[in-house]
Amino acid sequence: MQPTDIRNPDYFHKVVDCQWACPAHTPVPEYIRLIAEQRYTEAWAINWESNVFPGILGRTCDRPCEPACRRVRVEAEPVAICRLKRVAADNKGDISPYLPAVPKQKNGKRIALVGAGPASLTVARDLAPLGYDCVMFDGDAKGGGMMRTQIPRFRLPESVTDEEVDRIVDLGIETRYGQFIGSLKALLTEGWDAVFVGSGAPRGRELDIPGRKEAAANIHIGIDWLSSVSFGHIDKIGRRVIVLGGGNTAMDCCRSSRRLGGEEVTVVVRSGFEEMKASVWEKEDAMHEGIPILNFLVPVEFTHDNGKLTGVLFEKVKAEFDEKGRRNLVPTGEPHQHILCDDVLVAIGQENAFPWIERDVGIEFDRWGMPKVDPKTMQSSLPNVFFGGDAAFGPKNIIWAVAHGHEAAISIDKLCHGEDVNDRPPPGVTLVSQKMGIHEWSYDNDISNDLRYKVPLRDISVALKDIRTEVELGYDDKLAYLEAERCLNCDIQTVFNGKLCIECDACVDICPMDCITFTENGDEEDLRTRLSAPAINLTQDLYIGNSLKTGRIMAKDEDVCLHCGLCAERCPTGAWDMQKFLFEMTQAGPACRSR
Amino acid sequence: MTYIVKPRLHHPKLPINALGYTHRDYEGSISTLCAGCGHDSISAAIIQSCFELALPPHRIAKLSGIGCSSKTPTYFLGQSHGFNSVHGRMPSVLTGANLANRDLIYLGVSGDGDSASIGLGQFAHCIRRGVDMVYIVENNGVYGLTKGQFSATADKGSKARRGAVNTDSPIDLVAMALQLGASFVARSFSGDKMQLVPLIKAAIQHKGAAFIDVISPCVAFNNNPESTKSFDYVRAHNDAVNQLDFMVAREAITADYAPGTLETVVQHDGSMLRLRKLAPDYDPRDRVSAMTYLQQRHAAGEVVTGLLFVEEDHGDLHEFLDTVEAPLNALGENELCPGQEALDRYNAAHR
Ligand SMILES: Cc1cc2nc3c(=O)[nH]c(=O)nc-3n(C[C@H](O)[C@H](O)[C@H](O)COP(=O)(O)OP(=O)(O)OC[C@H]3O[C@@H](n4cnc5c(N)ncnc54)[C@H](O)[C@@H]3O)c2cc1C
Ligand SMILES: Cc1ncc(C[n+]2csc(CCOP(=O)(O)OP(=O)(O)O)c2C)c(N)n1
Ligand code: SF4
Ligand code: SF4
Ligand code: SF4
Ligand SMILES: [Mg+2]
Repeated sequence: MQPTDIRNPDYFHKVVDCQWACPAHTPVPEYIRLIAEQRYTEAWAINWESNVFPGILGRTCDRPCEPACRRVRVEAEPVAICRLKRVAADNKGDISPYLPAVPKQKNGKRIALVGAGPASLTVARDLAPLGYDCVMFDGDAKGGGMMRTQIPRFRLPESVTDEEVDRIVDLGIETRYGQFIGSLKALLTEGWDAVFVGSGAPRGRELDIPGRKEAAANIHIGIDWLSSVSFGHIDKIGRRVIVLGGGNTAMDCCRSSRRLGGEEVTVVVRSGFEEMKASVWEKEDAMHEGIPILNFLVPVEFTHDNGKLTGVLFEKVKAEFDEKGRRNLVPTGEPHQHILCDDVLVAIGQENAFPWIERDVGIEFDRWGMPKVDPKTMQSSLPNVFFGGDAAFGPKNIIWAVAHGHEAAISIDKLCHGEDVNDRPPPGVTLVSQKMGIHEWSYDNDISNDLRYKVPLRDISVALKDIRTEVELGYDDKLAYLEAERCLNCDIQTVFNGKLCIECDACVDICPMDCITFTENGDEEDLRTRLSAPAINLTQDLYIGNSLKTGRIMAKDEDVCLHCGLCAERCPTGAWDMQKFLFEMTQAGPACRSR
Repeated sequence: MTYIVKPRLHHPKLPINALGYTHRDYEGSISTLCAGCGHDSISAAIIQSCFELALPPHRIAKLSGIGCSSKTPTYFLGQSHGFNSVHGRMPSVLTGANLANRDLIYLGVSGDGDSASIGLGQFAHCIRRGVDMVYIVENNGVYGLTKGQFSATADKGSKARRGAVNTDSPIDLVAMALQLGASFVARSFSGDKMQLVPLIKAAIQHKGAAFIDVISPCVAFNNNPESTKSFDYVRAHNDAVNQLDFMVAREAITADYAPGTLETVVQHDGSMLRLRKLAPDYDPRDRVSAMTYLQQRHAAGEVVTGLLFVEEDHGDLHEFLDTVEAPLNALGENELCPGQEALDRYNAAHR
């Protein structure tokens, strides 16, 4: 193998598993260390910079970082990255020094933002401090998009949404709430320098089976029902409720029902419990509230008594795999199952809809009715129209909306400066030694053996009384410290210099994870089989160092390295050093431009 | 010396041996030696050997004298018996322990100062008596613990870090062990575990006095290029006579070798050592020619390594003395105090 080029920013970035997995590439271990030191304000600032909504995301993020966390590979459960973020947001002090100054003198560029969800808000947050005139339209009366209208208050108190939306609007964003854009064509005639479409995926999927029309009064589309609950238009539901669907929307529907009078709330899914789309923790939260989840039941009919819903009839199915390994649901042949209920919530999926975009306006759509959008630049086929969030590639989540927003902001900034939007700015990267003394490092290199700490919950009898009562209490200082200590500091990199190595084997002998091997070179496939411990995780790189006197190579399997620094402590010549790799995405502004 | 304890976490795919242990279960407490000390690599090789042989840790006794090398038993086999004796006195303590309880595996760990200077007499007698043990000397040519004075194994003309030149003739413990009748003699290098681990395993399985001289650079005082015990010097002058590739029970020979390149040694317990010859004419069963070869290569400035001599059925001290089969702690009052009549008979035999 060729020696590893550690100057390529991707190499060490991949080693920081959580940051690599985060769509916005939040420097996770950097803020976790600050939380351990109770420097909550600085930890908040790092988050705000990267993901814009620390308080909201610290409660609701889909957390793609957590399954990626190295801790999963060396122990059992990931660091509670998401809930630590909440600790920073809840305990921060005066943040005003971290807020950008907004220039009085605007730069003369006007940007229209359609929708006031997290995608548009991110674009606005990035562009306003640069002097852009941002005007944000939303059909709703307040900003926040689905963060406000869909996510129930018991998961996300409205005060948190208000705070984080206001912080952006207060940067001088002009809001036109209550104004639904009915025609893109008309909007474009207003001469905006760029238009950003962050209109989300607003339509809930229908379930067209017998009885749907007749019993319509008690059959509700999940996301419409949730927003009505949010707005206070709906404040009760029947005693017996069936929620159809296995995604996160279904989980919010069933838990909301429990708080609005639903005593017997049942979730029913077509496929198996394991294959449900909802996150593991959302399923746990629902079951904790006494909500059973029934699986392998396909709804075939809404039963009713002269238009008054009486229940749902289900066909029993089982999973069968064909020779290609594809799964099919086939009827078991058993009699149908009839579950009685007073109300049904249909939460079987979400769709995009762009009735307000004229198809001859110059934006190409694909055959699924989605706009053609460049995944790097977020640009549509109309050069000054950009898409982001759920509107771009279908329903995802908040953190993806944020990531899209950052990229779109860069594109808009470049477009307005006459630059090529395809020319993307490189990230900001620093690599700094953490050595303080012979055995002292400027990070806490001791490894915690603690298992993941549970977030304390409000007593269930209290929690179920009011839909606005937040269920999770959050970590206190002590729990936050203990949980933060579980982080393995994956950004503190083991940097190897073969010219200094005397091949004494000290690092090989001390490494608790058998990461390091000195051996004859070979191709990757061969090398992976003859290391101190098998390197079978192909998603993790081998770090190859050369320039050794014996002509051998140093091969380090990055997979389960604890970043404990013992290799560097044991090295007599300083051939190993622990260096902090700070990777920061470049955002819109002078740094993203080439001139 | 590090401030943190070695993390308990280990690689999820570590091999386990017949006892269900990983190699991590054979570790001791974290080393306090200098970073890069060759001795730590030897500890790692001992750990690996005991793991691969699936030895129950509580059936091993590790004994040592004084020195950095003699401190190392603390850093491996944390679940085994240990005895840190006085400087140079490990051999007699080991001999006594072995006589009292022949059921344990004895691992004597010593330094070149501990064995070739103050303990030379002890070393000699322990070897010539054929005590069943593995005797490892971690040989760095200096007294590491007392800050790097030359020891008796330092080569004449070798320079230490501060420039001091050794003027005395060296003692070659391998040559002495051969001359004194050791039945297993090897030399290796701390920087070559591929060679060292099989040698330690074979020595553990050998019955009788097994001696291994392991060159082990002292990075603090004697790893400069002009020292003959430095990493660079040993790597440049290493003359390996053979490579102990693997050991198997008395079973089919599987690997293919060109005729005449393979030497098979069957030990008393039936284990077979498979030696790949590197020096074609070297015969590890010929004590006299081994001694000659060693002298010649040493004169040429080479460091001879490998399994230098082995005698399969030499026997050990217990056989020579015809001692009782059971360990003393397993004998009952009747065996230990056989009564007046037995004493009278014994006394009569000496009249
Ligand atoms: C029930 C439910 C629960 C969820 N829970 C989570 C969660 O816990 N964590 C998570 O990360 N994600 C969650 N999501 C997904 C998340 O809310 C969305 O992915 C995210 O809000 C998308 O952001 P966005 O900026 O693309 O648009 P949205 O948040 O959808 O905002 C779009 C906004 O645009 C407005 N709009 C649309 N068209 C027009 C128009 N023509 N003119 C003017 N205004 C318009 C809408 O009124 C809306 O306010 C959940 C979604 C649902 C449905
Ligand atoms: C009776 C006695 N004399 C002298 C000493 C001082 N002393 C301690 S260690 C040592 C030499 C150790 O050298 P070696 O066995 O080569 O061990 P190393 O530290 O080199 O591994 C000496 C002379 C002592 N501890 N006891
Ligand atoms: S251990 Fe810490 S730095 Fe490493 S992946 Fe997990 S959260 Fe990120
Ligand atoms: S930091 Fe070094 S010693 Fe620690 S696990 Fe990683 S490679 Fe091994
Ligand atoms: S002084 Fe020499 S022998 Fe002793 S620990 Fe340090 S390097 Fe090893
Ligand atoms: Mg010594």
